[in-house]
Amino acid sequence: MNEPAVVLDGVSVHYGRHQALRDITATLPTGAIGLLGPNGAGKSTLIKTLLGLVAPSSGRMRVLGYDVRESPLDVRARVGYMPESDAHIPGMTAVAFVAYCGELAGLPPASAMQRAHEVLFYVGLGEARYRNVETYSTGMKQRIKLAQALVHDPDLLFLDEPTNGMDPKGRDEMLALVRDIATAKAITLIFSSHLLPDVEFACDHVLVLHRGALAAQGPIATLKGTSARVFELRVKGATPSFIDALRGAGVDCDGEPVELMRVYMPENHRAQVLFQIASQHGVQIRHLRASVPSLEDVFARALGEPLEVAADRQV
Amino acid sequence: MPIHDQSYRHYTGERALHRRGWWVIARNGMLARLRERRFLGLLLFAWSPFALHAVQLYIGATIVRAAFFGASEETFHTFLAQQRLFVFFITIYVGAGLIASDRQSNALQLYLSKPITRNAYIVGKLLTLAVFLAAVTWVPAMLLLVLQILFSGSLDFVLDHPRLVPAITLAAALQVTLAAVTMVALSSLSSSRRFAAMLYAGVVIFAGLLATVLEAVTHNGAWVLISPQNTLLFINTAIFNGPPDNLALLGSAGAALILLLVASAVILERRVRAVDVVA
Repeated sequence: MNEPAVVLDGVSVHYGRHQALRDITATLPTGAIGLLGPNGAGKSTLIKTLLGLVAPSSGRMRVLGYDVRESPLDVRARVGYMPESDAHIPGMTAVAFVAYCGELAGLPPASAMQRAHEVLFYVGLGEARYRNVETYSTGMKQRIKLAQALVHDPDLLFLDEPTNGMDPKGRDEMLALVRDIATAKAITLIFSSHLLPDVEFACDHVLVLHRGALAAQGPIATLKGTSARVFELRVKGATPSFIDALRGAGVDCDGEPVELMRVYMPENHRAQVLFQIASQHGVQIRHLRASVPSLEDVFARALGEPLEVAADRQV
Repeated sequence: MPIHDQSYRHYTGERALHRRGWWVIARNGMLARLRERRFLGLLLFAWSPFALHAVQLYIGATIVRAAFFGASEETFHTFLAQQRLFVFFITIYVGAGLIASDRQSNALQLYLSKPITRNAYIVGKLLTLAVFLAAVTWVPAMLLLVLQILFSGSLDFVLDHPRLVPAITLAAALQVTLAAVTMVALSSLSSSRRFAAMLYAGVVIFAGLLATVLEAVTHNGAWVLISPQNTLLFINTAIFNGPPDNLALLGSAGAALILLLVASAVILERRVRAVDVVA
């Protein structure tokens, strides 16, 4: 079995009085891992902590087998980091910038320059590689950030909101690149985003953070709960006792009964159970439709919020 | 099929131990400056006093054996004092943007996400500036000494002045270190290289003027301590001419410079971080 890419053991991070990460314990396998959470959930802080840029107030972390606290330089030599904010080294052409980043990561100058050319072609900046980075558009700046993270051929790539500010075509191309890196190039990546479709497209596993705490983790397919059947349900005359009765019967649910509620039926239950419980509690079922679970459901359940609110948080 | 596959390939070549990051930063910084014609012009201009002193030494050694043209310890002291103007301009030209520009373009998080420590980053930036400053202070001063030996055809001058080489080295090292450390620390305080340049110029010019005026008005030499440049001049005079009468003031001057260097180090420690914590 492969060694896990990242192991977190009770990691907490404080910025002054503010607790940015709360006792996170998780094991992230190799492959493409999505780091999900609303803005301010602690995604970027987690990445910076794993890079050894932020010291945790408690807990231990291992990245690619190295203890982050004891060997931060060994970790950084084997990982690539694409920051969320616009970042470049001023006054350089793209190829000089990427080659310089390669040298900083330990590549000899000639190899760094050769790799810079190759990586710039790979991310789609081959024709613009002699332009000054400061003249690049937002989408091109995202690509060059990916190129500098890839130039030293890392084993693990941290991508912090890589599709931010990109137009739809550029976003699709970036996601295709990310998918290719994780599958064809066999580089483990941690993809931080608040855009669920992006993560669902590119990743196999997710780690959901909410207010600095771990809300859910695991393979997307498992978290979606494919073993359960999911229904959209709207009722009239709902009472808390109806919800309690549903849960008592092993039917998990979220959302508001008067609006749209999502119910998760265990495998051995049939939809008739819903009608029986509704009848017992004098509740009318106005809408019942089978639903395909999505990452959005996982996200909403992890955050313990109605679907609409969770969806609003993505934007 | 293309002749050469230009897509992504895994790297199988050599990887250096992550202990030379400071050198990569310094080399890149120096090469970037050397590609600028304006800067090359400034460097050449900074060597003009060297040319004048070389002519003076030549005349003194071969044509007119007069005291004015002859070499002495004071020749080298004067030369280093004259170079203060070029040290000032080169410090601002090279140093103001060393960290400020990185802060402006969020480059710090890129640097520190590589296998590079904060100390290596700071050393790389300091070295970028220090090498150029040494190139207009220590290097021409030592070359002048070599020329003096060549023009006179003997080692007598060096043997007669055994303190000269250490004095030149120490005085130049103090000049370079003070300018480089102060400028780099001030550069880390802002994300604007212009603001950092104005800060440095303000510290040097305003404090220098104030110290000179207060010294003249009060006839108290202790005012020299409020200006880093005047303090340095005072110490360099002691290095070349021997200890002054007021040894306490010399001790205070040394302590003031050490305090300034420590303050700069504290600023750099607090400001050179990949993550700005405001809470």
